[in-house]
Amino acid sequence: MGVVVFPGSNCEGDAMEAVEVLGGEPSVLWHAEATTRSVDAVIVPGGFAHGDYLRPGAIARFSPVMAAVAEFAAEGGPVLGICNGFQVLTEAGLLPGALQKNRGLQFLCTTVALRVESRRSVLTSALEPGTVLHIPINHFEGNYTASPETLAELRSEERVILRYVDNPNGSLDDVAGICSEGRNVVGLMPHPERACHRLLGSTDGIALLRSFLDAGNQPSDLVIPARLSTSAGTPS
Amino acid sequence: MHFDVLVEVRLRPGIADPQGATIERALPALGFHEVTGVSVGKAIRFRVEASDEAEAQHRVDELCRRFLANPVIEDVETTLAVTSGADAAATR
Repeated sequence: MGVVVFPGSNCEGDAMEAVEVLGGEPSVLWHAEATTRSVDAVIVPGGFAHGDYLRPGAIARFSPVMAAVAEFAAEGGPVLGICNGFQVLTEAGLLPGALQKNRGLQFLCTTVALRVESRRSVLTSALEPGTVLHIPINHFEGNYTASPETLAELRSEERVILRYVDNPNGSLDDVAGICSEGRNVVGLMPHPERACHRLLGSTDGIALLRSFLDAGNQPSDLVIPARLSTSAGTPS
Repeated sequence: MHFDVLVEVRLRPGIADPQGATIERALPALGFHEVTGVSVGKAIRFRVEASDEAEAQHRVDELCRRFLANPVIEDVETTLAVTSGADAAATR
Protein backbone atom coordinates (compact mmCIF):
# COMPACT_ATOMS: atom_id res chain seq x y z
CA MET A 1 0.00 0.00 0.00
CA GLY A 2 1.59 3.22 -1.15
CA VAL A 3 0.81 6.43 0.72
CA VAL A 4 1.61 9.58 -1.26
CA VAL A 5 3.37 12.32 0.68
CA PHE A 6 3.50 15.91 -0.56
CA PRO A 7 5.12 18.78 1.29
CA GLY A 8 2.26 19.75 3.59
CA SER A 9 0.56 16.36 3.81
CA ASN A 10 -0.21 15.61 7.44
CA CYS A 11 -2.40 12.51 7.55
CA GLU A 12 0.09 10.07 6.04
CA GLY A 13 1.00 8.74 9.49
CA ASP A 14 -2.64 8.05 10.35
CA ALA A 15 -3.16 6.35 7.01
CA MET A 16 -0.07 4.17 7.37
CA GLU A 17 -1.00 3.24 10.93
CA ALA A 18 -4.49 2.22 9.82
CA VAL A 19 -3.10 0.13 6.96
CA GLU A 20 -0.78 -1.61 9.40
CA VAL A 21 -3.59 -2.28 11.87
CA LEU A 22 -5.45 -3.99 9.04
CA GLY A 23 -2.46 -6.14 8.18
CA GLY A 24 -1.25 -4.22 5.13
CA GLU A 25 2.28 -3.03 4.45
CA PRO A 26 2.36 0.73 4.03
CA SER A 27 5.15 2.54 2.23
CA VAL A 28 5.73 6.19 1.38
CA LEU A 29 5.46 7.43 -2.19
CA TRP A 30 7.34 10.75 -2.17
CA HIS A 31 5.75 13.36 -4.41
CA ALA A 32 8.93 14.13 -6.34
CA GLU A 33 9.40 10.56 -7.56
CA ALA A 34 7.45 9.71 -10.69
CA THR A 35 6.63 6.16 -9.68
CA THR A 36 4.16 4.09 -7.70
CA ARG A 37 6.85 1.39 -7.44
CA SER A 38 5.22 -2.00 -7.02
CA VAL A 39 2.45 -1.06 -4.63
CA ASP A 40 -0.92 -2.71 -5.18
CA ALA A 41 -2.99 0.28 -4.04
CA VAL A 42 -2.43 4.00 -3.46
CA ILE A 43 -3.76 6.34 -0.78
CA VAL A 44 -3.53 10.10 -1.28
CA PRO A 45 -3.89 11.27 2.32
CA GLY A 46 -5.17 14.47 3.88
CA GLY A 47 -3.32 17.61 4.82
CA PHE A 48 -2.44 20.82 3.04
CA ALA A 49 -0.33 19.74 0.08
CA HIS A 50 1.83 22.66 -1.06
CA GLY A 51 0.10 24.82 1.52
CA ASP A 52 -3.21 24.66 -0.39
CA TYR A 53 -1.81 27.64 -2.31
CA LEU A 54 -3.85 28.78 -5.30
CA ARG A 55 -6.46 26.07 -4.60
CA PRO A 56 -6.28 22.87 -2.57
CA GLY A 57 -4.62 20.28 -4.80
CA ALA A 58 -3.87 22.71 -7.63
CA ILE A 59 -0.10 22.46 -7.29
CA ALA A 60 0.03 18.90 -5.97
CA ARG A 61 -1.56 17.61 -9.16
CA PHE A 62 1.60 18.59 -11.06
CA SER A 63 3.90 16.63 -8.75
CA PRO A 64 5.79 13.90 -10.62
CA VAL A 65 4.14 11.16 -8.55
CA MET A 66 0.69 12.16 -9.81
CA ALA A 67 1.49 11.16 -13.39
CA ALA A 68 2.40 7.73 -12.05
CA VAL A 69 -0.75 7.62 -9.94
CA ALA A 70 -2.85 8.52 -13.00
CA GLU A 71 -1.22 5.72 -14.96
CA PHE A 72 -1.76 3.30 -12.07
CA ALA A 73 -5.43 4.33 -11.94
CA ALA A 74 -5.83 3.96 -15.70
CA GLU A 75 -4.64 0.38 -15.40
CA GLY A 76 -7.37 -0.29 -12.85
CA GLY A 77 -5.25 0.11 -9.72
CA PRO A 78 -7.18 1.12 -6.59
CA VAL A 79 -6.62 4.77 -5.62
CA LEU A 80 -8.16 6.41 -2.56
CA GLY A 81 -8.11 10.15 -1.93
CA ILE A 82 -9.01 11.25 1.58
CA CYS A 83 -9.86 14.89 2.32
CA ASN A 84 -7.03 16.89 0.74
CA GLY A 85 -6.33 13.73 -1.26
CA PHE A 86 -9.87 13.94 -2.68
CA GLN A 87 -9.20 17.56 -3.63
CA VAL A 88 -5.96 16.51 -5.34
CA LEU A 89 -7.76 13.79 -7.32
CA THR A 90 -10.43 16.22 -8.57
CA GLU A 91 -7.78 18.77 -9.56
CA ALA A 92 -5.90 15.99 -11.37
CA GLY A 93 -9.05 15.08 -13.28
CA LEU A 94 -9.12 11.55 -11.86
CA LEU A 95 -12.49 12.34 -10.28
CA PRO A 96 -15.09 14.84 -11.54
CA GLY A 97 -16.29 17.98 -9.78
CA ALA A 98 -14.56 20.20 -7.26
CA LEU A 99 -14.49 20.98 -3.55
CA GLN A 100 -15.29 24.53 -2.53
CA LYS A 101 -15.41 26.32 0.81
CA ASN A 102 -17.90 24.99 3.31
CA ARG A 103 -21.30 26.56 3.41
CA GLY A 104 -21.20 28.84 6.45
CA LEU A 105 -17.48 29.45 6.02
CA GLN A 106 -16.55 27.30 9.00
CA PHE A 107 -13.73 24.86 9.40
CA LEU A 108 -15.46 21.64 10.47
CA CYS A 109 -13.89 19.19 12.88
CA THR A 110 -16.45 16.68 14.07
CA THR A 111 -17.74 13.16 13.58
CA VAL A 112 -20.52 12.77 11.05
CA ALA A 113 -22.88 10.01 9.98
CA LEU A 114 -22.41 8.69 6.45
CA ARG A 115 -24.76 6.44 4.54
CA VAL A 116 -23.33 3.85 2.18
CA GLU A 117 -25.13 4.35 -1.14
CA SER A 118 -23.41 1.76 -3.27
CA ARG A 119 -21.09 -1.15 -2.74
CA ARG A 120 -19.82 -0.86 -6.29
CA SER A 121 -16.49 0.73 -5.50
CA VAL A 122 -13.11 -0.32 -4.16
CA LEU A 123 -13.93 1.43 -0.87
CA THR A 124 -17.42 0.11 -0.21
CA SER A 125 -17.45 -3.41 -1.65
CA ALA A 126 -17.75 -4.98 1.81
CA LEU A 127 -20.66 -2.81 2.93
CA GLU A 128 -24.41 -3.11 2.50
CA PRO A 129 -26.05 -0.04 0.96
CA GLY A 130 -27.93 1.80 3.70
CA THR A 131 -25.28 1.07 6.31
CA VAL A 132 -24.62 4.17 8.43
CA LEU A 133 -21.01 4.82 9.45
CA HIS A 134 -19.64 7.36 11.91
CA ILE A 135 -16.47 8.92 10.55
CA PRO A 136 -14.63 12.15 11.43
CA ILE A 137 -14.44 15.12 9.09
CA ASN A 138 -11.79 17.81 9.34
CA HIS A 139 -11.96 20.33 6.52
CA PHE A 140 -12.63 23.86 5.34
CA GLU A 141 -13.09 23.14 1.66
CA GLY A 142 -15.25 20.04 1.55
CA ASN A 143 -18.35 21.39 -0.13
CA TYR A 144 -18.65 19.16 -3.18
CA THR A 145 -19.87 20.78 -6.37
CA ALA A 146 -20.22 19.69 -9.97
CA SER A 147 -22.11 20.71 -13.08
CA PRO A 148 -25.72 19.46 -13.37
CA GLU A 149 -24.58 17.14 -16.19
CA THR A 150 -21.79 15.67 -14.07
CA LEU A 151 -24.10 15.16 -11.10
CA ALA A 152 -26.69 13.47 -13.33
CA GLU A 153 -23.97 11.14 -14.64
CA LEU A 154 -22.73 10.33 -11.13
CA ARG A 155 -26.26 9.55 -10.01
CA SER A 156 -27.27 7.47 -13.00
CA GLU A 157 -24.05 5.44 -12.82
CA GLU A 158 -24.39 4.95 -9.06
CA ARG A 159 -21.07 6.66 -8.47
CA VAL A 160 -22.10 8.60 -5.36
CA ILE A 161 -20.97 5.91 -2.94
CA LEU A 162 -21.31 7.80 0.37
CA ARG A 163 -23.71 10.54 1.41
CA TYR A 164 -23.91 12.65 4.54
CA VAL A 165 -26.96 11.78 6.63
CA ASP A 166 -27.02 15.40 7.88
CA ASN A 167 -25.14 17.53 5.35
CA PRO A 168 -22.50 19.49 7.31
CA ASN A 169 -20.86 21.57 4.58
CA GLY A 170 -23.37 22.28 1.82
CA SER A 171 -22.17 19.53 -0.51
CA LEU A 172 -24.28 19.12 -3.62
CA ASP A 173 -26.75 16.24 -3.23
CA ASP A 174 -25.20 15.45 0.20
CA VAL A 175 -22.20 13.93 -1.57
CA ALA A 176 -19.49 12.71 0.82
CA GLY A 177 -17.69 10.32 -1.51
CA ILE A 178 -17.66 9.39 -5.19
CA CYS A 179 -15.89 6.94 -7.45
CA SER A 180 -14.55 6.98 -10.98
CA GLU A 181 -16.20 5.40 -13.98
CA GLY A 182 -13.99 2.36 -13.48
CA ARG A 183 -14.97 2.36 -9.76
CA ASN A 184 -11.30 1.94 -8.76
CA VAL A 185 -10.63 5.60 -7.95
CA VAL A 186 -12.47 6.85 -4.89
CA GLY A 187 -12.47 10.21 -3.12
CA LEU A 188 -14.14 11.23 0.11
CA MET A 189 -13.84 14.13 2.54
CA PRO A 190 -14.28 12.12 5.78
CA HIS A 191 -11.30 10.33 7.32
CA PRO A 192 -11.84 6.55 7.62
CA GLU A 193 -8.22 6.13 8.75
CA ARG A 194 -9.09 8.05 11.92
CA ALA A 195 -11.91 5.66 12.75
CA CYS A 196 -10.01 2.41 13.04
CA HIS A 197 -9.63 2.09 16.78
CA ARG A 198 -12.02 2.05 19.73
CA LEU A 199 -9.88 4.69 21.45
CA LEU A 200 -10.52 7.06 18.55
CA GLY A 201 -14.26 6.89 19.13
CA SER A 202 -15.23 4.81 16.11
CA THR A 203 -14.09 1.70 14.29
CA ASP A 204 -16.41 2.28 11.34
CA GLY A 205 -13.50 3.15 9.06
CA ILE A 206 -12.21 -0.41 9.21
CA ALA A 207 -14.83 -1.86 6.85
CA LEU A 208 -14.05 0.83 4.27
CA LEU A 209 -10.30 0.40 4.42
CA ARG A 210 -10.68 -3.37 4.55
CA SER A 211 -12.54 -3.22 1.21
CA PHE A 212 -9.82 -1.02 -0.18
CA LEU A 213 -6.99 -3.29 0.97
CA ASP A 214 -8.79 -6.30 -0.46
CA ALA A 215 -9.15 -4.50 -3.79
CA GLY A 216 -5.39 -4.06 -3.80
CA ASN A 217 -4.87 -7.74 -3.20
CA GLN A 218 -6.83 -8.71 -6.32
CA PRO A 219 -4.97 -9.03 -9.62
CA SER A 220 -6.05 -5.48 -10.28
CA ASP A 221 -6.90 -4.64 -13.85
CA LEU A 222 -8.76 -7.84 -14.64
CA VAL A 223 -10.63 -8.71 -11.52
CA ILE A 224 -11.82 -5.42 -10.07
CA PRO A 225 -14.12 -4.18 -12.81
CA ALA A 226 -15.65 -7.62 -13.21
CA ARG A 227 -16.08 -8.14 -9.51
CA LEU A 228 -17.71 -4.78 -9.02
CA SER A 229 -19.78 -4.83 -12.17
CA THR A 230 -22.77 -6.10 -10.26
CA SER A 231 -24.05 -4.94 -6.91
CA ALA A 232 -25.31 -8.45 -6.30
CA GLY A 233 -21.78 -9.84 -5.99
CA THR A 234 -20.64 -11.40 -2.76
CA PRO A 235 -18.74 -8.87 -0.69
CA SER A 236 -15.26 -10.05 0.15
CA MET B 1 7.92 42.02 -26.13
CA HIS B 2 6.87 41.85 -22.53
CA PHE B 3 3.34 42.12 -21.24
CA ASP B 4 2.08 42.85 -17.76
CA VAL B 5 -0.74 40.45 -17.11
CA LEU B 6 -3.58 40.65 -14.62
CA VAL B 7 -5.64 37.52 -14.15
CA GLU B 8 -8.80 37.91 -12.13
CA VAL B 9 -10.23 34.65 -10.90
CA ARG B 10 -13.82 34.69 -9.74
CA LEU B 11 -16.37 32.10 -8.75
CA ARG B 12 -18.75 31.12 -11.50
CA PRO B 13 -22.37 32.21 -11.24
CA GLY B 14 -24.27 29.80 -9.05
CA ILE B 15 -21.23 28.76 -7.03
CA ALA B 16 -21.63 29.70 -3.40
CA ASP B 17 -19.36 32.53 -2.27
CA PRO B 18 -19.35 32.28 1.52
CA GLN B 19 -16.53 34.82 1.83
CA GLY B 20 -18.43 37.43 -0.15
CA ALA B 21 -21.61 36.69 1.77
CA THR B 22 -19.83 37.00 5.12
CA ILE B 23 -18.25 40.33 4.19
CA GLU B 24 -21.59 41.63 2.97
CA ARG B 25 -23.29 40.60 6.20
CA ALA B 26 -20.68 42.51 8.20
CA LEU B 27 -21.10 45.78 6.29
CA PRO B 28 -24.24 47.20 7.95
CA ALA B 29 -22.44 47.11 11.31
CA LEU B 30 -19.86 49.48 9.79
CA GLY B 31 -22.48 51.80 8.39
CA PHE B 32 -22.17 50.64 4.76
CA HIS B 33 -25.85 49.90 4.21
CA GLU B 34 -25.64 50.87 0.54
CA VAL B 35 -23.15 48.15 -0.47
CA THR B 36 -24.49 44.99 -2.06
CA GLY B 37 -23.30 42.27 -4.43
CA VAL B 38 -19.98 41.57 -2.68
CA SER B 39 -17.97 38.76 -4.22
CA VAL B 40 -14.46 37.59 -3.41
CA GLY B 41 -11.99 36.34 -5.99
CA LYS B 42 -8.26 36.38 -6.64
CA ALA B 43 -6.00 38.69 -8.57
CA ILE B 44 -2.81 37.19 -9.99
CA ARG B 45 -0.22 39.42 -11.65
CA PHE B 46 2.81 38.41 -13.68
CA ARG B 47 4.84 39.32 -16.74
CA VAL B 48 5.04 37.27 -19.91
CA GLU B 49 7.35 37.45 -22.91
CA ALA B 50 5.88 36.87 -26.36
CA SER B 51 6.41 37.98 -29.95
CA ASP B 52 3.06 39.77 -30.03
CA GLU B 53 -0.09 40.30 -28.02
CA ALA B 54 -1.99 37.46 -29.68
CA GLU B 55 0.70 34.98 -28.71
CA ALA B 56 0.83 36.35 -25.16
CA GLN B 57 -2.94 36.09 -24.85
CA HIS B 58 -2.87 32.54 -26.13
CA ARG B 59 -0.25 31.50 -23.57
CA VAL B 60 -2.05 33.25 -20.75
CA ASP B 61 -5.34 31.59 -21.67
CA GLU B 62 -3.61 28.21 -21.68
CA LEU B 63 -2.05 28.92 -18.27
CA CYS B 64 -5.43 29.90 -16.84
CA ARG B 65 -7.14 26.84 -18.27
CA ARG B 66 -4.55 24.39 -17.00
CA PHE B 67 -3.57 25.90 -13.69
CA LEU B 68 -4.69 29.30 -12.45
CA ALA B 69 -8.42 28.56 -12.43
CA ASN B 70 -10.53 25.49 -11.91
CA PRO B 71 -13.15 25.66 -14.67
CA VAL B 72 -15.60 23.63 -12.59
CA ILE B 73 -16.03 26.50 -10.15
CA GLU B 74 -14.14 29.52 -11.49
CA ASP B 75 -14.13 31.99 -14.39
CA VAL B 76 -11.21 34.18 -15.36
CA GLU B 77 -10.83 37.60 -16.89
CA THR B 78 -7.41 38.54 -18.23
CA THR B 79 -5.95 41.95 -18.94
CA LEU B 80 -2.70 42.40 -20.88
CA ALA B 81 -0.70 45.58 -21.22
CA VAL B 82 2.64 46.11 -22.94
CA THR B 83 5.25 46.50 -20.24
CA SER B 84 6.36 50.12 -20.06
CA GLY B 85 9.86 51.17 -21.15
CA ALA B 86 11.75 51.26 -17.84
CA ASP B 87 10.10 48.07 -16.55
CA ALA B 88 10.78 46.30 -19.83
CA ALA B 89 14.48 47.21 -19.59
CA ALA B 90 14.58 45.83 -16.05
CA THR B 91 13.02 42.60 -17.27
CA ARG B 92 15.77 42.13 -19.82
